[in-house]
This record gives sequence, C-alpha cells and structure tokens, in this order.
Amino acid sequence: MSTEIDATAPKYLRGKYAIVGIGETSYMRGSGTTTRNLGTTAVRNAIEDAGLTSADIDGMLSYSGNDSVPSTSIAGDLGIRLNFYMDCQGGGSSTEALIGIAIGVIEAGLCKTVAIFRSMNGYSQFRIGGTGRSTGRSALSGDALFGRAYGQGSAAQNFAHTFMRHMYDYGTTPEQVAHVKVIHSEHASNNPKAYYKNRVTVDDVLASRMICKPLHLLDCCVETDNGCCVIVTSMDRARDCRHTPAKILGVVGRCSKPRVDNHYQAGPISTVAGVYARDILWPNAGVGPEDIQVTGSYDAFTFTTMLQLEDYGFCKKGEGGDYVSSGIMRLGNARPNNTSGGHLCEGYTHGIAMVIENVRQLRHDIDDSCPVGADGRRMHTYDYAEGGCRQVKDVELSANLGWATPATGSALVMARGA
Amino acid sequence: MALEGEYLGMPVVIDDLDKPNQEFYSHCGQGALHLQFCASCSLMRYPTTTACPWCASAEYQWQPVSGKGTVYSYAEVHHAIQPVFRQFLPYMILLVELDEQPGVPGEHDGLRVTGNLTLADGTMAPKDVVSAVGIGSRVRVVLKDLGGGLALPQWTLDEDAEQPETPWRYAND
Repeated sequence: MSTEIDATAPKYLRGKYAIVGIGETSYMRGSGTTTRNLGTTAVRNAIEDAGLTSADIDGMLSYSGNDSVPSTSIAGDLGIRLNFYMDCQGGGSSTEALIGIAIGVIEAGLCKTVAIFRSMNGYSQFRIGGTGRSTGRSALSGDALFGRAYGQGSAAQNFAHTFMRHMYDYGTTPEQVAHVKVIHSEHASNNPKAYYKNRVTVDDVLASRMICKPLHLLDCCVETDNGCCVIVTSMDRARDCRHTPAKILGVVGRCSKPRVDNHYQAGPISTVAGVYARDILWPNAGVGPEDIQVTGSYDAFTFTTMLQLEDYGFCKKGEGGDYVSSGIMRLGNARPNNTSGGHLCEGYTHGIAMVIENVRQLRHDIDDSCPVGADGRRMHTYDYAEGGCRQVKDVELSANLGWATPATGSALVMARGA
Repeated sequence: MALEGEYLGMPVVIDDLDKPNQEFYSHCGQGALHLQFCASCSLMRYPTTTACPWCASAEYQWQPVSGKGTVYSYAEVHHAIQPVFRQFLPYMILLVELDEQPGVPGEHDGLRVTGNLTLADGTMAPKDVVSAVGIGSRVRVVLKDLGGGLALPQWTLDEDAEQPETPWRYAND
C-alpha cells in the first residue's frame, strides 16, 4: 500500500538531536514501592548516566494510562526547575512520539534538555491485561457496548483479529511466530536484568496454554514493575555528556491507519500502521530498512514484532513469518531484534526499555556479563552462548518500531554519534 | 432519559446525551439491526459515530440491514479477563462482514460487526459449536434482549445458508 504522505520535516533536524542519558530501575514483580519512587530513581539514574545534574534538565515528558506519576512530582523530588513539561495518555508507541516532541520543543526554544520517563507498577498495581479495575461489573455504555459487552477488552482480545487474519491471508504459522519468543529468550539469557532469563523452544511456546487464540501464554509479554528514562538534547550539548551520543536520524510519532479507533472497518486488517509510518520514517532518517543493523520491534506479543518488521519493509508483505523464523533476528546474525529480550522476557515498559537497549548498543556498551576492563568498560566477547555477550559488533544504526495497536505505531532511527 | 438494561449481570446504561447509541440499541430492541446511513454520501457505517468517517457529514438516517454476513476474522478466548465470561470458555469474538456494502468505499473496506458466537437463542455457543466455526462461516444476527427495550447484536450459524465445507480455522486445531 503506498501513501501520499509528504515527509516534510526539515532535513536539517536529521542528526541534530541525541539521546544522552538512560536510566532504569530493576524489572520486578512486586516493586514494594510507589511509581513516584520508581520514576524518580529512573530519572536520577539517567541524569547520572549522562554526566549531568538536575540543574541541566529543564524539560520533562511522560506517558501513562493513569497508572503513573506526573512530571511535577519527580521534578520536585529531584530539584529540577522546568521550562516545559507535559504528561500524556498512552502506552506503547509513546516513547518514540515523545522523543519527536522533545526535539520539537527544544528546536522551538521552549527548553534545552528533556527527560522522558515511564513509571509503572504493571504487575503489582495496575495490570495491563486487566484483572480488576476496568473489567468488573461497571456499567456497559459508550464504546464498552461494542467491546466489553462481548468479553473483548484486553490487548490480546483486541488485536487477535489482526493476528488471525494474517495467518489466513498469508499462511503464517504458529511455529514461525513462536521463533520471536525463542530468539528473545536467548537474548534475555544474556541480560542479567531480564525478568525471564530462561531459554525456551518453539515447542515450549506451542505447548503453553492458550490465552486467546492465536496467542499462547508464551506469545504474550510479561507484566512487571519498573521505571525507565531517556534524556534528549541537542548534539551540541551531547558532546559534553559522558557517553557516545545516540544520534537521532528520524522519528515518526503515533502514525495511524484510517478509522484509527475502529480500524477493522477499513483496509486489509492484516496490515498495521507501519505501512504508513515507513513513508515518514525512512525519508526523514535518510536510510532504509536494509541499512539497519539492530531492531527493537515492539513485542507486546510475538505477532506485533513480526507485523511491524513486515510493514516497515524489512521483508516483503506477507513474508513476516519467514523473516522472524529465518534466524536473522538472532544475536550474531544480520539484524538482531530486541537484544534485551524485550517485553516478552526482560520486562514490560511500554517500549521505552527497547529504546534504552538500542542506545546501549550504539554506545557499544551493553550491560551483559562480559568481563569489565581496566577502563571500566565491558570487553565484549561476541560469544552469544547462554549467559554470554549480547553486544552487536560494530553496530552503527538502529531502528525502534513502537506499537500501540494494529492501527497506531511510532518509530525511531538512531545512529552511533560522532 | 437514560435507557437501561442488563446483560450477564452487567448493567447497561445508555445516557440520554448519547443519541446514536440509544437509537442503535433501541432498533435492536425492536427486532432489526440498523446502521447509520450517511445523508450526504449514502454510505453505512459501524459502529456508531458522531459523523461520517468517509465524508464527515453529521447528518444520518437509520437503515435496516439483512443481518447476514460472513466471519471475516475471529478471536477464540481461552482465558477470560472479565470474571463473568469464565463460565463460557472457550468463547468466540467474531468479526462479521455484512453482506451489505462489501469493498466500499475502498477495495478492502467493509461493514465488520463485532459479536460473540451464540446459539439461536442468544446464549453463548458451547465448545463443539465454537470449534465448527471459522473464517468463511455464514452467520446471521441474533438480537439478545437486554430489557428496557434494548437488545445486543450477537451471531449464530445461519441454518439456511450454504456453509463452506471447512471454514478456515487456526492451524493447530
């Protein structure tokens, strides 16, 4: 499907901004603390990572589904005086979109350096799959009449029509898609932070209990408690920061299919928003999918990774099943995906941790179990056996593909900064 | 005045500010599925909206439809989130493409209506019926009474239709 989108972003913004700081908490089930504390910890860690202080941060952005803490609380706790802040509604695909907004507000002169965070007790307080708050016996009205009245409310239940129809349209098999979990589990086994570090097989995925056909339990991501933060500033300022900057080449934010809220009415439903987003992303970034060396394709489910890689053009339409089962996404091969283990294994952060992982990749400073040298940096072995390395060798270009629904996505291309 | 009913123990409350939904579910309560029909571009739409997604006109009438269609895609739920649905596992959430307006306005567009697979009386379909339905199955609408003059559209196998020999089902069934 071709679109008539004109990617009009001034090309002088390409490479003008960077991610200079990244911060996380542990990925946990049962944090034992507030989202305020998780958020504060993540933002403080990111400031420290960047080699900055609270006085250097003057912008904040966050996203949530009313399950987080506002920017003002964290700014207050860390002594940050803000020239700009905004807290948005949203889950997956928010990170890349907010990075685009950060670039815009810095470019517009509203502030200089923006901390973007997501804090959530996604297991212990507010479970995305919905084990309580919004799914009980509250009245059916408005949109719920067309969803919850039919026992349709969770992400799995909402997206399954797309996944099933992709199998119907293209012959995609459960075995092919299970490889996404298998590969991400291998990557997670080399990630000391990952919540699930055990490697699984295709048979393990297919033998796990059915949740919502076509999704088995192991086709679905983990739910965890965590806070994450990335700091965006200009390349000019980035050069004074502690690490090699992850230079931002292009962003597309919250790009959508027609009839975004009722997208099953329009177009082929086995196609996702990436088919529109790619016509903004690649021209703005000045590179194409063939140039990308590591991807972070959002894995709320095994299927979401496949669908996005396909519609952003990493393979031909309909060949996503072949792509994800070919091994190309495995560490050591041509284009690894979600080297942290992603949402299927590391933890659930609504996408921001996948950006953090690719920033680390571009720094050539992945936090695996490789030995630390005299300079304090890991000496990567590039041996990807269980418990080993997960640094992609000499990686220069990454892409993150963020997913909200089949109808909405965001993306980000970054390069190793000079 | 709000319209009120009940479904599976869940209260149904359609506020009087929400005219399109009051009208949609009242039509169902009167025994026939109706869709909004744009007074400007003459296209029908689903679900209810406040303007036409194809031409942005706010003016509409209600048009009765046959209530017959083909399963376009489905989800088969084996782990219920809402406690009330546990008793029905596995249950199907169907996406039914109506016979009306296929491939309009775009080649791949259609009127795709949500609902569960039920028996002819509107009760949720048991497992053996669920496992016989897939993409391509022919279904007809069932209007499940909610009380208060309202009804919920659901779908049952169309006994009078020619069914595909083997509807498309998930590969590992």
